[in-house]
Amino acid sequence: MATANTATNSAAAHDHHDHEHHDNFITKYIFTTDHKMIGKQFLITGMLWAFIGGLMSVIFRLQLGFPDMNLEWLRPLLGGWITADGALDPEFYLALVTMHGTIMVFFVLTAGLSGTFSNFLIPLQIGARDMASGFMNMLSYWFFFVSSVIMFISLFIESGPASGGWVVYPPLSALEQAMPGSGLGMTLWLIAMTFFIASSLLGGINYITTVINLRTKGMSFSRLPLTIWAFFLTAIIGLLSFPVLFSAALLLVFDRSFGTSFYLSDIYIGGEALPNTGGSPVLYQHLFWFLGHPEVYIVLLPALGITSEIIATNSRKPIFGYKAMVISMLGITILSFVVWAHHMFVSGMNPFLGSIFMFLTLIIAIPSAVKVFNYLTTLWRGNLIFTPGMLFSIGLVSFFISGGLTGIFLGNSAIDIQLHDTYFVVAHFHLVMGSASFFGLMAGVYHWFPKMFGRMMDARLGYVHFWLTFIGVYLVFFPMHYIGIAGFPRRYYSWTTFEFTNMYTDLNMFVSVAAIITFAAQLIFVFNFFYSMYRGRVATLNPWRSNTLEWTTPLHPGHGNWPGEIPTVYRWPYDYSKPGAEEDYIPQTVPLSATPESNLPHEQELVKLEKEIIADEEADLVANEARQV
Amino acid sequence: MEEKFAYVEGAEQPIAMHPKKFALWLFIVSVVMIFASLTSAYIVRQSEGNWLEFDLPVIFWYSSVVIVLSSVTLHYAYTAAKKDELSKIRLGMILTSILGVIFLVAQWYSWVALVDRDVFFVGNPAGSFLYVFTGLHAIHLISGVIFLIIVLISSFRYKVHSKNMNAMEMCVTYWHFLGGLWLYLFMFLLLNH
Repeated sequence: MATANTATNSAAAHDHHDHEHHDNFITKYIFTTDHKMIGKQFLITGMLWAFIGGLMSVIFRLQLGFPDMNLEWLRPLLGGWITADGALDPEFYLALVTMHGTIMVFFVLTAGLSGTFSNFLIPLQIGARDMASGFMNMLSYWFFFVSSVIMFISLFIESGPASGGWVVYPPLSALEQAMPGSGLGMTLWLIAMTFFIASSLLGGINYITTVINLRTKGMSFSRLPLTIWAFFLTAIIGLLSFPVLFSAALLLVFDRSFGTSFYLSDIYIGGEALPNTGGSPVLYQHLFWFLGHPEVYIVLLPALGITSEIIATNSRKPIFGYKAMVISMLGITILSFVVWAHHMFVSGMNPFLGSIFMFLTLIIAIPSAVKVFNYLTTLWRGNLIFTPGMLFSIGLVSFFISGGLTGIFLGNSAIDIQLHDTYFVVAHFHLVMGSASFFGLMAGVYHWFPKMFGRMMDARLGYVHFWLTFIGVYLVFFPMHYIGIAGFPRRYYSWTTFEFTNMYTDLNMFVSVAAIITFAAQLIFVFNFFYSMYRGRVATLNPWRSNTLEWTTPLHPGHGNWPGEIPTVYRWPYDYSKPGAEEDYIPQTVPLSATPESNLPHEQELVKLEKEIIADEEADLVANEARQV
Repeated sequence: MEEKFAYVEGAEQPIAMHPKKFALWLFIVSVVMIFASLTSAYIVRQSEGNWLEFDLPVIFWYSSVVIVLSSVTLHYAYTAAKKDELSKIRLGMILTSILGVIFLVAQWYSWVALVDRDVFFVGNPAGSFLYVFTGLHAIHLISGVIFLIIVLISSFRYKVHSKNMNAMEMCVTYWHFLGGLWLYLFMFLLLNH
């Protein structure tokens, strides 16, 4: 049944291509409304940003690891930001860490990850022609593009980009006198983020609408692949939290440009009192972290969803605890909104409130642990196939464990007094959120590359890329825990100025070397990506022998995804290695009635119902064909 | 040709709700989140003290009546659309648009009244918040009036009738929401100023 389907599909694909040629370059590649192309646009833009953001981290790692190094050779790139004696300008160092954070969190791991895979996979995996509104989807990308351009321009202005940290706390960010980066750079940051919020909301509204309204026949919520569940919940989190960031940013704009005092009070600069009174900087922190914490899960959940799918496929086993996975993701979604103040334990918040937020924060460990347990039990005794995507997925699980454990430390308000704003925090979130999500992104690219471009990526280069990155990430971030426990604060320009951190110079040199190697390893991926796009081995229709719907489309699906009818779904997406079945996978499009040998007793009862549905459908088909004639 | 036909036809939708209407509801959710965050910021800030006390402009009562009336006239247009009574649709839509504009003018005069009692946008956050609430709501209301005018124009082109209610229904949902949002803001201010 399945093979027959794919055969007709590929035959029909050729006819279809003739129609697609009506698209000109602009409607096909630039102002496209095809969700697949929009997904690729997000991916390429995200990759560009990842390169810029990664390069920034290399530059400030040079400063941290080799403080005496003469950086004169960077002058062609950085110009005046290299001081006369060849050191990195301290103001620019602050700008670098700020922009690295902003770029990685929002532009790479939100737009590049969620934007790419939600767009690309939602219609393909739920069986839809396209997103609910292709036009809104296009707007979503172009708002992101405008936002990118503005943020990019801010890197090159004379006073430098925003430098108050990616959280842009006032009063530092609100007062132009505070630091050079709080001038035009901060204004551009706010404008860019406004466009970014609009882009995220347009995208999110589309994802939710599409998942709820445009599922194909038989695709009930309990048959959705876990990727779709993850994208769906991510979009809900975004829809509820990005407007709050908008509020926070709006009030900040008023404080900066109109002279209001929402966040400003009793400030003296150079002995001069500012007129602002009555504001509260903690108010900003509340508003910001009401987005900021859910944002962590906006970044992480899609990666977890992608991992679920890839691990199940390449373990040739059904995902362990599908319902538990969905419920944990739901739990994480809800809990993500009630833990924001754990970023503010030392802000002078009422300690009693702190203990409540601590309690709620620690509860998140439960759904997270359930997910980890399910990943491991899915892997347990599976017929593991170590594709690059699979390796990156397993890497994600590893980071999720090692970075998650330190989350339990940081969630305790008492321990947080010591660890707050130290490199321990940096190590924690780079492992659990940064690297884990980045590995999810990489896993997704390796796994769905054949569907995106019709060719395979080179697996060997993938392995090299994986091992260098995996080991590199641990070498970079593991030592940071020790530096953090010793109490060294993040965002500081120099280690050598304090007696107690002098002894970490070697360790920092080590971290910097590891960071540079890890960054260089990404070039292997970039080469592999672009080379395989044109020269890679042509993919088969279902290279990973996977169950989900996207693999029933032609090799190069046109706008509309399936020539002819959209396939109907008869089972959940995780029928791998079902006892009795001929093959070790049964795609979702195979009816239960076609597999009597592997049906479970309760499925056998569903066969009758299914036959009625199929009969209905045949009738529809006949009617359709009659109309076409 | 065959493929094209199939693409246009699409699959049956498992849920009866029109995707665009659903998207509108999601948009409304995001607007709710903006105002929920701003009003909670107001409460958090108020609890910290140093809060300017002043009387709300009386004109808010009038503008509230106007916005409720506009919802009534829009409902009139909506029922008329369901019965295909074109002239009544137009009457209702024009009245609603005019009431919407009157509301905006009234909000402007509320700002004038605030300035008269020395409550400025720049100054104690108590006043600033009031300007942000009314201003941001007014911007959304302007978008609502534009939506009303778009539907009004399409009614002149005979595109609004009982068989084609989508735009009308979305417009009605949005407008009632904006009215409700104002009533919420007003009540909130009455209770918390």
